[in-house]
Amino acid sequence: MIRRIKMESTKKQAIETARNRLLIGGALMAAAFLVVGARLFDIVVLNENEDLRRAAARDIVRPDIMARADIVDRNGILLATSLPTASLFANPHKVSDPASAATRIVEVLPDLSEEVVAARLSADKGFVWLRRNLTPTQQFEINRLGIPGLDFEEEERRVYPHGRLAGHIIGFTNVDNAGLAGIEQSMDAAISGAKEPLKLSIDIRVQQIVRQELAAQIEKFKAIGGGGIVLDVRTGEVISMVSLPDFDPNAPAQAPDETRFNRITLGVYELGSVFKIFNHAIALETGAASMSKSYDATKPIKISRFRISDYHPENRWLTVPEIFKLSSNIGSAKMALDIGSERQRKYLGHLGLLRRTSIELPEQSMPMIPARWREINTMTISYGHGIAVSPLHLASAVAATVNGGILRPATLIRAKTPETGGVQVFSAETSDKMRRLLRLVVENGTGRNADAPGYLVGGKTGTAEKQVNGSYKRNALISSFVGVFPATDPRFVVYIMIDEPKGIRESFGYATGGWTAAPVVGGVIKRMAPLMGIKPLDETAPEIVRALNVNLTAGPAEGRPNATN
Amino acid sequence: MTPFTRADTSILGRWWWTVDRWSLVAIAALMAFGALLAAASSPAVAERIGLDALYFIKRHFMLLPVSVVLIVAISALTPIQVRRFAVIAFLGCIVLLVATLALGVEIKGARRWLSLAGFSLQVTEFVKPTFAVVAAWLFSEAAHDPRFPGRLISTGLFAVVLALVIAQPDLGQAVVITSVWMAQFFLAGLSMWLVGGLVVLGVAGLIGAYFTLPHVTSRIDRFLNPDSGDTYQIERSIEAFSSGGLFGRGPGEGTVKNVLPDAHADFVFAVAGEELGLLVTLIIVGLFAFIVLRGLARAMSEQNLFVLLAVSGLLVQFGFQALVNMSSSLQLIPTKGMTLPFISYGGSSLLGIGIGLGMTLALTRRRLGSEAMT
Repeated sequence: MIRRIKMESTKKQAIETARNRLLIGGALMAAAFLVVGARLFDIVVLNENEDLRRAAARDIVRPDIMARADIVDRNGILLATSLPTASLFANPHKVSDPASAATRIVEVLPDLSEEVVAARLSADKGFVWLRRNLTPTQQFEINRLGIPGLDFEEEERRVYPHGRLAGHIIGFTNVDNAGLAGIEQSMDAAISGAKEPLKLSIDIRVQQIVRQELAAQIEKFKAIGGGGIVLDVRTGEVISMVSLPDFDPNAPAQAPDETRFNRITLGVYELGSVFKIFNHAIALETGAASMSKSYDATKPIKISRFRISDYHPENRWLTVPEIFKLSSNIGSAKMALDIGSERQRKYLGHLGLLRRTSIELPEQSMPMIPARWREINTMTISYGHGIAVSPLHLASAVAATVNGGILRPATLIRAKTPETGGVQVFSAETSDKMRRLLRLVVENGTGRNADAPGYLVGGKTGTAEKQVNGSYKRNALISSFVGVFPATDPRFVVYIMIDEPKGIRESFGYATGGWTAAPVVGGVIKRMAPLMGIKPLDETAPEIVRALNVNLTAGPAEGRPNATN
Repeated sequence: MTPFTRADTSILGRWWWTVDRWSLVAIAALMAFGALLAAASSPAVAERIGLDALYFIKRHFMLLPVSVVLIVAISALTPIQVRRFAVIAFLGCIVLLVATLALGVEIKGARRWLSLAGFSLQVTEFVKPTFAVVAAWLFSEAAHDPRFPGRLISTGLFAVVLALVIAQPDLGQAVVITSVWMAQFFLAGLSMWLVGGLVVLGVAGLIGAYFTLPHVTSRIDRFLNPDSGDTYQIERSIEAFSSGGLFGRGPGEGTVKNVLPDAHADFVFAVAGEELGLLVTLIIVGLFAFIVLRGLARAMSEQNLFVLLAVSGLLVQFGFQALVNMSSSLQLIPTKGMTLPFISYGGSSLLGIGIGLGMTLALTRRRLGSEAMT
């Protein structure tokens, strides 16, 4: 009985203890729930972190995984980039009513054909593309149709913010983002998967200047097209490359084929008198002629069935500088005979005019050169006929002629080191003489229209008749001008060609290089020189006059070997 | 609101008048929120892991009625029947726990699931409530009769259960079971010296886990110093509450479920915060607090030690899980995978919680004479 009572009392005591302790436990639980409630209030209402709220308010977007690197110009301006888009596909097995689905889809995407869509939706396949690269609005509208079996694939689409401005250079990709033209194709491996943007040598500002000046002149002279290139003579970097008509790489499929033709690299032309630059340089370099030598240009040369005459006949003896200044074909041909076929061919080869360029573009051509290098070829090549090269070939060789005689391969990729090696083609002395001759042409020769005061432009005109069906056409010209500046220490070559310009009243009916292309070169130089940090010089300063002085008279020992006859 | 008259003496009639109807209402409300959130959050998760979008919804809605039946049926039991049921079920669970270790399906490096008649069963969910009742019985017997080694047996059983759960390994469940068992031991009059000792032991256990188990180390490191590792999940969770605001974006309108891998389970509270808003999440917290505190209050006025201990143990388990889950989502504690009772998806959890609350309701029913059981 006592034990029973004792047991009862321990029981009572135990339950008392339990109750007291339960009170503590209950209080802890209540406190914990209060803390949770307070924390909720804290996060939502007090919300110390405003960033979190904003971050949460935006929709969750896919992180940037660019399949292709951007392409930028030499100053980092964006030329090509990739944007995420959605592409519409369908699982035809899940589309219950293809006909009505097609009708509704075409209402949103009117560029699709209802029959084609219906046919694709009825196909016995698990996957069909309906349309690639929808805009966000289109995607929303398609979603809103609520058609089962449709879905979107996230893709990337190449976008070219500058549109047609650099279309020929950058090129474009196909719908699967594989490069199909231009840099996009030639540098495909380097661009796809790369993190860093690909930096081109192009300056998009200069590109715009060249395109604008060239387009205005093409319009003015009712030409069918034209091209322009600006080359850094020290590095071989292409600063600008324009071919007109051009196309918008954002919609290459809509562009007519001829607009995708790059006249600068893919086109090869008989470029005419600009070739006299090389003829004179080779003659001076090899010693075949000196600056004070004279040639008989009194009458045209007749050789077999060909007749070589001058455009503005002087009908007198001309010194070597005069031949250049007046662009005498007769004098040039005679100089070429003194050079000889073998040496001419060798030097043209050194200048890179007989092989493909190494420019980073798939669109380029092999020069067209005579199969057999006969005397007549040597003579016509001296003034730029009977050989067809691309404008890029020409600009590159001119750069080598004026930069001290070093050929540096033209490139579209921004050079990492400012000056690269290169191959010495001409001596510095020859190069210096050529700079004087080029300046002479602009100062008071055929290229006066190319002058840009203070920038000491030097240059050479070229007017070539186009060959159509094997014969030359008098009124279908390739009129061009190649300029270098400043002539004392050239930095850039600016080459402009205009395809089939028509003479106008303002040019007194002329459509030659001096009237059509030279003003474009002058205009481009005036606008680009300040951008490139080139200061205008005082053209009358004695050291400049001395540096560019050319003696037009014949020396006592040379020239007129037949004068006494 | 009165389907039965006072005079109704049928089993259901007596049940209705004796059961804690307020708790019943709170449980029903939680179940409703749970159903809503399962429908909202699980399709995103199901699609992500390649299942039918409605997979989790179907299973949740299939098991919810089963859970309701379990609650009602078990809550109609008398305390003695509850005790017998718990003891038998507990012994069955021990067998199944061993079977889990031997035959269980290994998922993500742990054997927690037993495939049984087409269902995968997480046995620990059933161990938790049944062991709480068994331990309560042993502790109360020991208090009644000092010669009965109830505490020793209870400790032994606890050691066995803990070993089996840690062997899976399932540290979260081990923590719940340990907390419940210690709380009961504390209530059963464990001397304050031993209480202190056990607390030290528990802390030592956690520290030990920190140094020996790499995933525990990393989780605690990330909580203490968010810059030390990937805190993506918890950041998205906090953003979700923040973007939900007072009234939420509306059921199904949230985005956090698209990025959180366990949006339908461990982070379901974040989905609630985003889609239903602060007011509803506060109501959910209130419902949990109400069920736990009301139950504890009823236990307090209890004359029977077994009932007091059992109810306390069951409610501590229920409340503890809810608190851990919600606190994890709110960055109050390191993230610990634990289901939010009735709200999270989880078949075994749903049934286990049903059994636990069923027993709680059975034990808190008003009985004639406090000593109706001896």
